Amino acid sequence: MAVLALNQLAVGQAAVIHELQLPEPVEHHLMHMGFSPEARVLAVRRAPAGDPTVYAVDGMEIALRRETARSILVEPVARAARGQGKS
Amino acid sequence: MSCHAPGLVDLPAAPRIAGQLRTVALVGPPNSGKSTLFNRLTGLRQKVANYPGVTVEQRYGRLGGIQRPDLTLIDLPGIYSLDSYSEDARVAVDVLRGTMPGSPQVDAVLLVLDSLHLQRQLMLAAPILALKLPTIVLLNMSDLMELRGGVVDTLALAQELGVPVAKISATRGIGLEAITRFLGQRDALLEGAPGGAGRLELPVVGNARSYRQWATGVSTRTRYKAPLSPEWTRKLDQFLLGRITGPLMFLVVVVGVFQVVFSLGLPFSDWSQNLLNGLGDSLGRHIHPAWLDSLLIDGIWKGAASVLIFLPQILLLFLFIGLLEDTGYLARAALIADRVMRVIGLNGKAFIPLLSAYACAVPAIMATRTIENKRDRFATILVAPFMTCSARLPIYLLMIAAFVPNRPLLGSFFGLQAAVMLGLYVLGFLAALLTARLLKSSILKASSAPFILELPQYRLPTVRSLGTRLVDRGSVFLRQVGTIILAVTIGIWILSHVPLHGGSFPALAQSVVGRVGHWIEPAIRPLGFNWKIGIGLLSSIIAREVIVGTLGTLYGSDPETQQLALQQALHHDLTLGGAMALVVFFAFAMQCASTLAVVRRETNSWRWPALQFAYMSVLAYLAALATNLLVSRFF
Repeated sequence: MAVLALNQLAVGQAAVIHELQLPEPVEHHLMHMGFSPEARVLAVRRAPAGDPTVYAVDGMEIALRRETARSILVEPVARAARGQGKS
Repeated sequence: MSCHAPGLVDLPAAPRIAGQLRTVALVGPPNSGKSTLFNRLTGLRQKVANYPGVTVEQRYGRLGGIQRPDLTLIDLPGIYSLDSYSEDARVAVDVLRGTMPGSPQVDAVLLVLDSLHLQRQLMLAAPILALKLPTIVLLNMSDLMELRGGVVDTLALAQELGVPVAKISATRGIGLEAITRFLGQRDALLEGAPGGAGRLELPVVGNARSYRQWATGVSTRTRYKAPLSPEWTRKLDQFLLGRITGPLMFLVVVVGVFQVVFSLGLPFSDWSQNLLNGLGDSLGRHIHPAWLDSLLIDGIWKGAASVLIFLPQILLLFLFIGLLEDTGYLARAALIADRVMRVIGLNGKAFIPLLSAYACAVPAIMATRTIENKRDRFATILVAPFMTCSARLPIYLLMIAAFVPNRPLLGSFFGLQAAVMLGLYVLGFLAALLTARLLKSSILKASSAPFILELPQYRLPTVRSLGTRLVDRGSVFLRQVGTIILAVTIGIWILSHVPLHGGSFPALAQSVVGRVGHWIEPAIRPLGFNWKIGIGLLSSIIAREVIVGTLGTLYGSDPETQQLALQQALHHDLTLGGAMALVVFFAFAMQCASTLAVVRRETNSWRWPALQFAYMSVLAYLAALATNLLVSRFF
């Protein structure tokens, strides 16, 4: 499946994190917050003003601004595949 | 508050006896329930200070809550890792390695992890265990985890990590006997046995990726199953973060808090001010000699009173901020406000502190601790005093009543007086906005740290945690801010009572303060001020509202204006331009020793309050000058 930036993920859509393209300290910080390669992420909702967006990752809900989410590449998980167990 | 008396809780200072257990450190990620556990373990026998040279708070207490008052517990800042990229983590590393000046060698570690998110939280265990200090891992909120269907094999985890592991609940005080047992065992093991059995295999490369792989491996092998997140948090968010309902509820909360602080806090402050001043007056007038009476009552008592009257507002604000934070709404408010705050270069977390500054800048600045990004936090601290705080109201009301005719502008509700008042509020807000932009594009340019906001699950706050917070913040304010204000107050009192004239006090105009007022008159004449206003400005460096009292004294003792009420006397003595320049001056100037003291405390340096004072004074002078010129020309 095509790789896209996390901010392009539609609300309600799930994806698997592919790669982080951020300065190393920021990348480390995000990894400690759960945004690490192979982790499953779900776009939960957008703030009333449209940004930041709340993502569910590792059983936590974390909001990121568009400018940060842009540098996180994800592979969307097909909606139909959701019921068929985790791959 | 005897529990905060120095001496009761002190850091161990004498050299250590080998193998003796004395200092225990509490380590854990943010939101792991670490503070709750700290309060549980120490009771109220705790002390808060700043680490030398940094803005990180040092908090320690005696382990009285588990019958080990012989041991000192140090609460380290909440950290995700030991990467030295945040100031908090650097402090934690220094304390744990024993290289932090003024902090004793750590003998054992209590590592708190939130068992609801154990897999992620385990990432911190690797670098902590690598320090080889005697450690116990405490799985907090394990009652909640099990309630929601989560599972973990603590025995397997203890074997994986090579250290004891215990399930606890800090909020309910369950499982704490494991800590007592652990500390007891350490006592028995004299000669400082090495921490951790040999089984532990830690990642060789200490980076986030390898820690993550390690944590995933450990949690799989210990059959950790994360609990289901409660559905109702998401349901509540659908409402509280909804496109229309979200901003609406946000406004309701914000206006509600503001309304209560003003309608409850302000009268209470006035009431306590009257009570304290009345008490001072009746207490005094019985002390001899008279100069001692004046120093004690007019100087020290009234100085102390000027600090105490802030307390009701501060406690109320902290009660609300505590409620918002403990329920989890504060993070949602930050999320909603972020889009707007970004315009001025700050993030959503700065919103609540800046709002609080409309009541009083002191609690607002103390509340900036919720902003993790240091540069954003400093920028918020530096702009907060521009918000129109309640101490500006007396001089605004006086000058507006004296100089602005109450002509209706928009019907009978909105007159010219209200318009000028509103204009002053807007002026302060604009100054804050522009200053924030200026700071964020110059000395406090955004660091690489992005805005990452964790949205915790909604929780019911406990009375215990709210109460501890109030006692904690209240006593920090009284001890650290109070002492500085007291010194300034006594200093000003002395300067306004010397030199003596034949053994009696000089009139205010002849005192050192009065002479300085005369001396600076040429400098403030372009603003439309006279020497009396000059003295008022000098005296109001302690607190803005003091100027009204000073002007009352000055005009009251002047034979020319003695017969007039203060409003008429001012009208008689000042031009419209000078009067408007004065309120504009107060909109911008940093006339508040309490704020300066709290900025000093929160930034841990005199540099920032000095810069702030200079910047705001220059701005106030220039704005007042422009106002005087414009008003004199056009009106």
